[in-house]
Amino acid sequence: MSGPAGPEETHGSEAPQGPRAGSGQQAEPPAAGASPAEADGDLPARLGEERLNAPVVRMGLFGVQGTPDTSGYGLLRVHRAAPIDSPRPYGSYFDELADALGSGLQAAGLGFSDAIERVVVDRGELTLHVRRERLTEVAVKLRDDPALRFELFSGVSGVHYLEDTGRELHAVYHLLSITHNRRVRLEVSVPDADPHIPSLTGVYPSSNWHERETWDFFGIIFDGHPALTRIEMPDDWRGHPQRKDYPLGGIPVEYRGAKIPPPEERRHYS
Amino acid sequence: MTDSVPHAPAGASDAEAAEGRVYTVSGEDWDELVAAANEARDFQSGERIVVNMGPQHPSTHGVLRLVLTLEGETVVEVRPAIGYLHTGIEKNMEYRTWTQGVTFCTRADYLMPLFNETAYCLAVERLLGIEDRIPERAQIIRVLVMELNRVTSHLGGIAPMGLELGASTIYTQGARLRERALDLLELITGLRMNHAYIRPGGVAQDLPPGALEGIRAFMDTAPRLLQDLHTLIDANPVFIGRNKGIAYLDLQACMALGVTGPILRSTGLPWDLRKSQPYCGYESYDFDVPVNDMCDAYGRYLIRMAEIEQSLKIARQCVDRIAARGAPGPSADPVMIRDAKIGWPAQLSLGPDGLGPSPEHIAHIMGQSMEALIHHFKLITEGFRVPAGQAYAAVESPRGELAAHVVSDGGTRPYRVHLRDPSFHHLQSVAAMCEGGMVADLIPAIASLDPVMGGVDR
Repeated sequence: MSGPAGPEETHGSEAPQGPRAGSGQQAEPPAAGASPAEADGDLPARLGEERLNAPVVRMGLFGVQGTPDTSGYGLLRVHRAAPIDSPRPYGSYFDELADALGSGLQAAGLGFSDAIERVVVDRGELTLHVRRERLTEVAVKLRDDPALRFELFSGVSGVHYLEDTGRELHAVYHLLSITHNRRVRLEVSVPDADPHIPSLTGVYPSSNWHERETWDFFGIIFDGHPALTRIEMPDDWRGHPQRKDYPLGGIPVEYRGAKIPPPEERRHYS
Repeated sequence: MTDSVPHAPAGASDAEAAEGRVYTVSGEDWDELVAAANEARDFQSGERIVVNMGPQHPSTHGVLRLVLTLEGETVVEVRPAIGYLHTGIEKNMEYRTWTQGVTFCTRADYLMPLFNETAYCLAVERLLGIEDRIPERAQIIRVLVMELNRVTSHLGGIAPMGLELGASTIYTQGARLRERALDLLELITGLRMNHAYIRPGGVAQDLPPGALEGIRAFMDTAPRLLQDLHTLIDANPVFIGRNKGIAYLDLQACMALGVTGPILRSTGLPWDLRKSQPYCGYESYDFDVPVNDMCDAYGRYLIRMAEIEQSLKIARQCVDRIAARGAPGPSADPVMIRDAKIGWPAQLSLGPDGLGPSPEHIAHIMGQSMEALIHHFKLITEGFRVPAGQAYAAVESPRGELAAHVVSDGGTRPYRVHLRDPSFHHLQSVAAMCEGGMVADLIPAIASLDPVMGGVDR
C-alpha cells in the first residue's frame, strides 16, 4: 500500500455494509425491486465510497492527542458526513406525523419551520430538531393532538458535541405513543455559553428526574423546573461529569512490573 | 429557637434546635421509631417528624434513600434520594470499544444484565445497519437467555419482597427456583450475572454441550416449584393484607409518570414491546401478555408470576427451535455475524491452561490466512468503526421499557450511551403511591416497583 490511496483504503474499508448505513443517510426505504444503479452500490469497489466523499474533519495521528507518543499511525483521514436534512417524503409514518404536527402548530399560529429547525430521518428513526423557544408548544401538541398522542415520555439524555460550535449541548428527548405505537425523537441544541432549555415538567411530569440528571451530567439548565438539583452526583460536586471536556480520571495500574495507563490515556483509534 | 420546640431535650445541639429531632432508621427498629413518633404526637399534636430511611436500609432494595415526613404513622411526604450507586458506566463506555461497552452496560441493572446487553447491542446493530444480518441461531439464543433472565429477575423481585414483609420462607422458596435458572445462565454464559454474553453482531458463544438437556430438565421441575410458590403466597392472608390495595397507581398516573412493565400491565393495559414493537424475532413466538386491573402491589405480584410462566413457555419454544437446527457448527450455523470486519473472530474453548481462543482459530490465523490474522488483530486492538448517527433501541425488560440511546461520531468508541432505565422512572412514582398511606406500607410499595439501584444510578 503506497500513495495517498493507501490510508484511505485501510481506514475507509471499515464500513462493511452497503451505502445505506455507511453513509448514515438512508433517505428512503429501498424501493421494491432495486434499480441496477442501487445494486451497483453493493459491489466491493463501491463500499464506503459515499462516506469517503464526505468532508474530512481530522487528519494526522490517531490516538491520544498532546502526549509524546507519536508511534501511532500518522496518515489518518477521518471523514464525517455533513448534518442531514431529510427531504420529503420521509417514508413510514413520518410524513403523517409531520403533517399532523404542522397543522396542529398552525392552529396555534405557528409555522412548521418556526418550531422545527430540521427533520432527520435516519435508520428508520425520526428526529425533529426543535428550536428551544418552541419546545413546550411542540411537546404539548405531540401529547394532546389526537393524531399524535405521544403519551409516554421515555426520557431526555444530553449529548455534548464539543466541536459543534454554537450548539455544543444537545438535549435528546424520546417520546412514545401507545395509541399509535409510534416513536419520535426531539433534539434541542443550545450553545455552551447559554445552556437554557425550557423544562417539560409541566407537560410530562416524568421528565422531572431526567432533567435533573441532564443538568447534573451536562450543565443544561432547564428553566421552570421545580427543583433543579443534582441527582446522581453529590450535592457539592463541581463540574458536570458527562461533558466531553471533563476528564474520566483514573490512575495507572501496575501489573507484573508493567504500568497500564488509565483508560483515557490509552491509545485509541477514533 | 428552643422556645418554639418546648419538648426538645435539655442541652439540645444547635442542629436539633434548628431542625427538630433527627431519627435515623437502620432496620428492625420500628418499635423505637413508632414510640418516638407517638411521643411527638402526644406532646405536640400534629407535629411532623422527618425520618431518613436508608441508604443502608435492608428493605430499600439496595442503596435507596427515602426522606420521609411522618405525622404519627402516616406518610405526609416521601422524597426518594438516589445516586448512591452511581458508578459512571455511561462515561466509562465512551472510553472503550463498541464491543467492550457490553462489559460495562451489563453491570447497570445487575438483576437483568442480559437485557441491558441486548438493548445496547440492538442500538449498535441499528447504527451499523446490520439488524437483518444477525444469524437466526444467535437471535434464538438471545431470546432464550433473556427469558431465563426474566425468570431470575422476577423471582429476584418476589422472593426479597417476602423477606421484607418478614416471611423468610417466601424468600427461600423463591431463591430455590431462581438458583436453578441462574445455574443454567452460568452453564450457558459462564457467569451468574454480568455476563457480557450478547455482543454486537450476535452472541459470544454457542450453547455448550448439555445446555439443551439442562434447560429441559429445568422446564420439568420449574412448574412444580412455581406452583409451590403460588400455594404459599397467593391466598396467604398476611401477604394479601400487606399487599392488596397498597401502592395504588392507575393507568393515568402510569402514563403521566412514564411507568411501564408489570406496573403498567397491572392497570389493565396490555402494553408489551415484545408484542407491539417486536425485536429478536419475538413476533414468531407464541406467548400471552398477562394483565389484570388491580393497580396495586398484589396485582403486580400476580403479573410477575404469570410472566414467569410465559417466559418458560417461550424458552421451551427456543429449545425446540435450537434442537431442530441440529448440532452446533460454527461454519454451518453461526452465532456471530459473518462479517470479518465486525464479527468477533474467535470462539472460546477450554484448553489445558484455561479458557482461550480455540486451537482451530489459532491455527487458521497463524498458518492459513493472512487476511484472517489482519482482521483478528484489527478487531481486537482497534475495534470496528460505527457510522456516525444515533439510534434508540428499546426492549421489554422485566421492569419495563429498557432502552439504549447510542450516539456514534464514526469512531471506534461510542460517543455517548444513555440507558433509559425503567427503575429510574418508576422511583419517581413513589410519592404518588405512598403519600397519605402508612409508613409500613412503604415497604411493599417499593418492593412492588422492584427497583434495582444499579440501573437507577448507572
